[in-house]
Amino acid sequence: MDPLEPVGAPVELRIDSATGVDVSHAIVGPGGRAYAFMIDWHIRVVLAIAWYGAAALLMRLGEGFGRSLAIPTDPSGRWLLTVALPAGAIYFLYHPVLELLMRGRTPGKRIAGVRILARDGRTPGPGALLIRNVFRLIDSFPALYGIGLITTLLTREHVRIGDLAAGTLLVYERSPQAALPARTAWDPELSELGIELIARWRELDPAARRDLADRLIARSGQPAVGGNDAAADRERQALLRRLGGNEPA
Amino acid sequence: MTARSERRDAALRRVWLTRANFWRDAQARLEALRATGGVEAAEASRIAEDYRAIASDLATSRRIAPQSRTREYLESLYSRAHGELHRGAIHPGYAFWSLLRDQLPATVDSLRVHIAWVTALFLLSAGAGWWMVSTYPELARLFASQEMITTVERGKLWTDGLLNVTPSSVLSVQILTNNIVVSLFAYSAGFLFGLGTLYIIGINGLMLGSVFAFTAANGLDGRLFEFIVAHGVVELSCICLSGAAGAAVGESLIRPGTARRRDAFAAAARRTLPLLVAIVLLLLGCGFIEGYVSPNPDMPLAARIVIGFGYFLFMVALLRGWVAGRSRGSASVD
Repeated sequence: MDPLEPVGAPVELRIDSATGVDVSHAIVGPGGRAYAFMIDWHIRVVLAIAWYGAAALLMRLGEGFGRSLAIPTDPSGRWLLTVALPAGAIYFLYHPVLELLMRGRTPGKRIAGVRILARDGRTPGPGALLIRNVFRLIDSFPALYGIGLITTLLTREHVRIGDLAAGTLLVYERSPQAALPARTAWDPELSELGIELIARWRELDPAARRDLADRLIARSGQPAVGGNDAAADRERQALLRRLGGNEPA
Repeated sequence: MTARSERRDAALRRVWLTRANFWRDAQARLEALRATGGVEAAEASRIAEDYRAIASDLATSRRIAPQSRTREYLESLYSRAHGELHRGAIHPGYAFWSLLRDQLPATVDSLRVHIAWVTALFLLSAGAGWWMVSTYPELARLFASQEMITTVERGKLWTDGLLNVTPSSVLSVQILTNNIVVSLFAYSAGFLFGLGTLYIIGINGLMLGSVFAFTAANGLDGRLFEFIVAHGVVELSCICLSGAAGAAVGESLIRPGTARRRDAFAAAARRTLPLLVAIVLLLLGCGFIEGYVSPNPDMPLAARIVIGFGYFLFMVALLRGWVAGRSRGSASVD
């Protein structure tokens, strides 16, 4: 462990890449995992109950028994196969099916801003996701994900046994919408010249700097600034700064 | 830091920010790739160039603006580009066929010793269960419910008239669900250094032997055999196979070799996955047979034996990859 790592800093997964610049992901702790799990749990419970309620109601109405949602004392094969079995399948197959279809995500994980990732930084394949879900049987043992919770608390990368077996991690998904600078009209080369010009503004002869500024502004497609007085120079500098790019927020 | 280098960094910082247009376009290209799953060669080449350019911008940002949200943005964009570029092509049909044709036989070959030992444990446990209940009949209560015992003592099997109580379709689904859960549990319990798996295999063997001994004491063992032969041969084989896979997972934790325990565990889980898929497929068939064939009183014993051993031969062919088209002379795939 890095001795200079700040206390309480999130554990990171760093992956070497061909470019020489590593890819980093912040690993989700037990709290983040529990948050995503609880959202998913509520979704699958609601979906399973909704299926059960709708199918049971339709079946009972079709059989002329009125609006009853009660489990029949002598359930028929049709009732079990169309009402109980799909509801159970929704509840128990929610994670494996959605993780496969959504490539390591579920609705709960998406809301919590987390996703499953293989240790090499790739989206885990179907095999890894299946293994991860097979070991849910052990992680959920004896109740309330007891073993899974203990292992996420005890392991440095906060993984449950299913993750250990599948070679996966739960990481935070960074939002790509975070504070991107405003769209600029200049290409980088032009911008560099503009910035350099502002930096050397005082050192340059007034006529030369005015001439350079006007040529850069013209190349950027902006309307020319007229006049040779101080106010016009200030306007030229402001325009160069604005076109040159924003400071990071 | 000198005034000159500060000025250079400030300039670099502004130039770096003017790259925002490029980042946006690169992000749009990545999103298009993600949405469509594939792009033309020229576009793919452009995305690879984007990846290198984003890496360069990110490296700059880590140096000149490590705390900025723009660096966060670039981290996100870079990790997305990395994920998209390194994502393997997905061909579900081919992957499944390849799993059954090549990976499954290789897995079974690598687990031969485990399969032999777990099967031996199962048979020994069954023998022990038989001996225990034959010698001390009161021990049957350890493995059978009171209702089951009463039914057998009245000269009937608890499976008699099963179809009068539960339809075949429901019975099939209940049984196959239960069998799959038991098999997967026996496998994943291998995490406890193999002890969990061995415990489950041992208990199942003890139960089978003791129930047979108990029914034999009441003259019903022949009828019990008649009930289970159609589905039981493959079902019990599947339990042994899942136990063998679980034992291999446990062994990877006990003897990881030169690899780290974590890596050896993940490798063992990955290696045994094809066998688990085959077990689930086979148990679907067992559930069907146990729901429709085994409880059917009109099904003659000969037909049951043919179904049971025929399905066993199918299982062997599946495990050797022959069902998926692997020729008998093929070398094993490691």
